[in-house]
Amino acid sequence: MPTRPASAPDLAPPPAPAAADDDVVLSVEHLSLDFRLRTEVLHAARDVSFKLRRGKTLCLVGESGSGKSVTARALMHIIDRNGSITNGRILLTGEGEPIDIARLRERGRELLAVRGGRIGLIFQEPMSSLSPVHTIGSQIIEALQLHRDLNKKAARERAIELLGQVEIPNPEQMVDRYTYEFSGGMRQRAMIAMALAADPEILIADEPTTALDVTTQAEILDLIKRLQASRGMAMLLITHDMGVVAEVADEVVVMHFGRIVEHGSVDDIFYAPRHAYTRRLLDSTVKLEQSRRAAPPADAPAPRVILAARHLTKVYGTTRSWFGRETAAIKAVDDVSFDLHAGENLGIVGESGSGKTTLGRMLLRTVEPTSGSVTFFGDGEPVDVLGLSRRKMRDFHRQVRLIFQDPFASLNPRMTVRDIVGDPLIVAGKASGRELDRRVAELLELVGLDPAMRERYPHAFSGGQRQRIGIARALALDPKIIIADEATAALDVSIRAQILDLLLDIQKRLDLSFIFISHDISVVRYFCDRVAVMHRGRLVELGPAEQICTAPREPYTRSLISAVPNPDPRNKRMLHRTRFTA
Amino acid sequence: MLRYVIKRIFYMIPTLFGLSLIAFMIIQLPPGDYITSLIASMQDSGINVDPRQVDRMREIYGFNDPIWLQYLKWISGILFRGDFGYSFEWNRPVADLIWERMGSTLAISVASLLFVWAVALPIGIYSAVRRHSVGDYVFTFIGFIGLAVPNFILALSLMYFSYRFFGQSVGGLFSPEYIEAPWSWGKFIDLLNHLWIPIIVIGTSGTAAMIRILRANLSDELHKPYVITARAKGLPGYKVVLKYPLRIALNPFVSAIGWVLPDLVSGVTITAIVLNLPTAGPLLLRALISQDMYLAGSFILLMGVLTLIGMLVSDLLLALLDPRIRFT
Amino acid sequence: MTVHTFIDEAPETGPATTPLKAGRATSDIGEANQWTLVWYKFSRNKLALVSGVAILFFCLVGLFAEFLAPAIPDASRPQFTNAPPQQLGFFVTEPDGSQRFQLHVTGYAMEVDPASLRRTYVPDPEQVVPVGLFVTGAPYKMWGLFNADLHLLGPTEAGDTMYLLGTDRLGRDLMSRLIYGTRISMSIGIVGVCISLVLGVVLGAVSGFYGGVIDTLTQRVIEVISSMPTIPLWLGLAAAIPLTWSPLMVYFIITLIVSLFGWTGLAREVRGRFFALRGEDFVTAATLDGSSERRVIFRHILPSLTSHILAVVTLALPTMIVAETALSFLGIGLKAPIVSWGVLLQEAQNVRTIANAPWQLVWPAGAVVVTVLAYNFLGDGLRDAADPYES
Repeated sequence: MPTRPASAPDLAPPPAPAAADDDVVLSVEHLSLDFRLRTEVLHAARDVSFKLRRGKTLCLVGESGSGKSVTARALMHIIDRNGSITNGRILLTGEGEPIDIARLRERGRELLAVRGGRIGLIFQEPMSSLSPVHTIGSQIIEALQLHRDLNKKAARERAIELLGQVEIPNPEQMVDRYTYEFSGGMRQRAMIAMALAADPEILIADEPTTALDVTTQAEILDLIKRLQASRGMAMLLITHDMGVVAEVADEVVVMHFGRIVEHGSVDDIFYAPRHAYTRRLLDSTVKLEQSRRAAPPADAPAPRVILAARHLTKVYGTTRSWFGRETAAIKAVDDVSFDLHAGENLGIVGESGSGKTTLGRMLLRTVEPTSGSVTFFGDGEPVDVLGLSRRKMRDFHRQVRLIFQDPFASLNPRMTVRDIVGDPLIVAGKASGRELDRRVAELLELVGLDPAMRERYPHAFSGGQRQRIGIARALALDPKIIIADEATAALDVSIRAQILDLLLDIQKRLDLSFIFISHDISVVRYFCDRVAVMHRGRLVELGPAEQICTAPREPYTRSLISAVPNPDPRNKRMLHRTRFTA
Repeated sequence: MLRYVIKRIFYMIPTLFGLSLIAFMIIQLPPGDYITSLIASMQDSGINVDPRQVDRMREIYGFNDPIWLQYLKWISGILFRGDFGYSFEWNRPVADLIWERMGSTLAISVASLLFVWAVALPIGIYSAVRRHSVGDYVFTFIGFIGLAVPNFILALSLMYFSYRFFGQSVGGLFSPEYIEAPWSWGKFIDLLNHLWIPIIVIGTSGTAAMIRILRANLSDELHKPYVITARAKGLPGYKVVLKYPLRIALNPFVSAIGWVLPDLVSGVTITAIVLNLPTAGPLLLRALISQDMYLAGSFILLMGVLTLIGMLVSDLLLALLDPRIRFT
Repeated sequence: MTVHTFIDEAPETGPATTPLKAGRATSDIGEANQWTLVWYKFSRNKLALVSGVAILFFCLVGLFAEFLAPAIPDASRPQFTNAPPQQLGFFVTEPDGSQRFQLHVTGYAMEVDPASLRRTYVPDPEQVVPVGLFVTGAPYKMWGLFNADLHLLGPTEAGDTMYLLGTDRLGRDLMSRLIYGTRISMSIGIVGVCISLVLGVVLGAVSGFYGGVIDTLTQRVIEVISSMPTIPLWLGLAAAIPLTWSPLMVYFIITLIVSLFGWTGLAREVRGRFFALRGEDFVTAATLDGSSERRVIFRHILPSLTSHILAVVTLALPTMIVAETALSFLGIGLKAPIVSWGVLLQEAQNVRTIANAPWQLVWPAGAVVVTVLAYNFLGDGLRDAADPYES
């Protein structure tokens, strides 16, 4: 028996080799899916085969366009109108006669009984995945009444019971609430309750936690695992996050453009990947223990402060009562102070609602702070940013630039790349005509794009390339500070690492400091020197990246760090996390 | 919910105010006033007009007051006494003349609205679910025709066909023998016989627009994730459409009443003129041509109020339908 | 134990597809600017293309009305009141049986109704009235500027009649009146829509960009105006036009009235888009790049609006045309001697006329219906193509 670290007692002993296929509940054999588009036929899935076993989790991994979601939906014969199953079988073998789901008729009773009754589905966006105009209770009751012979009262009681099983507090009251009254995590729990209402044998979870915070993600995955164990269900989990895969999967299937490029146990995939794409995925997965930033030499001079924020606060929705007393509705940012040193990368980490985005906007004054001060030491002279006139703010905006999250929305689709990147130069009157062209070409090369493409429009580029264009635009005026607001959140995993490396390279060549705002702690650890952790508007902890990520001091930070899934199946962290209650 | 209703009614008040201003402005628009045209026609028939008498008449009817005072008098008359002014041509208070006419205008408008809903809903659903099918194209085409042919042309054509092929006496709401007769089953049938042309004429463009709206919105909703959830639960196909996305797609359908209703009232007006129905339209036209401005202005004001109330009802219906609106 | 399998090939570079038909090379899509993309998307809609051609045709007819019309719209020949249309033929049978190409219309034979002693004209296939292209006919002033007397189509003998669409109750050629009416009806739409455009875009832009009090106020005004039923309002305003005004003044006032209530839809659309665009990242980026407010509006926001504005404007045009037609039909819009489709319809108001002389209703009504249909299809196609980036 190989030695195992003491903190991972849940590694199951290897199953007996002769088990064969007793516990297979669903067998997908050579499944192929085609979609008729306007000018072509898209082969979304080609010759896909795998088996789901009772009590085990199979993770389907891939990036966008890999065909994982359509495959999962096809397992319940849910296919768009322009799609069709061109080949293969989907054998449901759990109880009773084996059924080939691929052959079932769309309107037949058999298929309706399978959906929800034997296979349950939960997926990504709980806000749009649940009907906004019906109560949670009615939706669960409907699922119950479809597959169980229950009258209204019994169904309602069972629904309340289910809500309790998924750990929703006050289930008797929540059962009559509407979807929008629930938070993100609670909605996902309700969705799980609905999917499990008829006690299916198989649960398909399509990116169930991608839209959730790290801590909520940990709790939901925890819940799903526990429910799976107690009910003996097979689970198919679809995700692009290798950390989640390592923490949760027993078996892994890697899909790339519709084909399965690698298939094995989770240990095999992580420790002995054979296909180049798998290896690429694993390499791009940034680990919490890892950083590309070199530690500053011990004898380096004390870094000088380039931006100082003191007691920044932003309050929304103040109402003034008759007596002059103000009651604040929401404190988005609450008394935050920090320094940014020249040449350093400061990360601001937080979950949704922590105020990190608002903080970034306040530094640029696209959102006006309610109180506090921001001082910029560009060329040594301190500048009070909050007191600047509009004209002087333009100068400030030349030195402190912003990279946006969404590469598709941040570039004007009606302007060529040359116009986009050159706009700041034109407006500042710095260059025109041939000089402008030269400068734009220079910038494009700097970010790794072919300057010959500058007459094209943004729609001709991929997401990663557009983000590079955005970076080129930010660099156009030789800024001192760049604020990156979730700059990699909308990119695929393999592109993410490229962009981060690009930014680090550029930083080596130019004199730049970064403020990197993100919800993804691993990315922040990879990129930043110091990290500030925000929670509900307050700055909870600020320190060197290594210390924050490996030995955090504050309880909230500890709960946050411990909830980050670790892409190493032999060292699972998430399931042993500490919990933080406000 | 109650708070929402009160809020909506409260917001209606400035709009009502604006409406009354517009109606009043129209009353005042023609150069001169009724007295002038009265004098003109009196002079035409050779009667001598005493200028002092003219001035006294002006005093009595308040035509000498400044504009804002005239407006205040008119509005307070309406609000507090139900007094809409005097119709000089018919020589009776306006209030006597308009209520019955407005009543039938309201009845026909509501009937047309129900017709629009009843026809547009199933066709819209079908078109959305079976997009780009033969049926969809046929309905879309018919819908476009309905949208494109102006009301009065349609009225004329239908009138012609009905006369030519059914020998029916068209025009008016009742055949000559039933006009004065008391209500009976026969009278009701006769009413229906006459009503179908106006309702179809008035309703077609509204139906076409509603079908397009429902089709577009329902098609959008059909691709949303919650529809997949419903299917994944094992709901049969038609229920998936009717119970979930339709509820949401009905929102713009119901709120479209807001601008369909003014169209319908317009349609009633002009169709009534062509088909000679006893509603507000023909009377309004006559009043305008003979510059009987209090009658005309009151009609315009009431039509606007009718539309506003209809929009209020549509907003309330919308709030009933969509809990998100009630609670935000 | 799970078996570890993998594919022993290099990773693919793109999704697997089988092309159905030759698509456009991706290189030229990359360089295509907004208008090229809009055109690509628009041209896929065949119906909209056909409608566009139809509209263009009508505009040309209106433009060259004097040349295209066989006669002058006011020229009346009392002997030919309410005469039915004459059929156009291409071949004439000679007495010896052979066919000769001769453009002609069938002539009229006169009949006297014994009961009422009224003269009626019925088409007589025996009679051949030769017509030709580019004939000399009644003189006119082209665009009011220079004299000419060439007509595209007309009878070769002066004094002959050519009533391809029949005549009206005063014996005037319906086809010429229809052609001249095209000019008036189409131009009212265009002029009216220009006024609406200016009002709508300016107010919508101001309202959407600045928000706040200005926006609330404008919204209230728009609400008031759009909740009024349009026809009673138009009737009210049109009836207020003094009878003493010249036809040209009446024309302009009618245009003004009709456009006064048409701008609200445009303003709402512009405002909505402004709001949506104001929050877009690329607008924030432009502001952070240092662009002044004016530059942001004109360089960044407005180009995103133009295609939408075009679509809304095209959809508003038919309302204007129908409005003018309705008002003239009721007798309070345009009046003689101006000829528009509405004026033509006004003369075909009662059932008896329609029963006896249906062409007086069919042709003007047909022109209105075709134009409105064409504008609707065109506008729909433009609206669908207006945002080529949405997918």
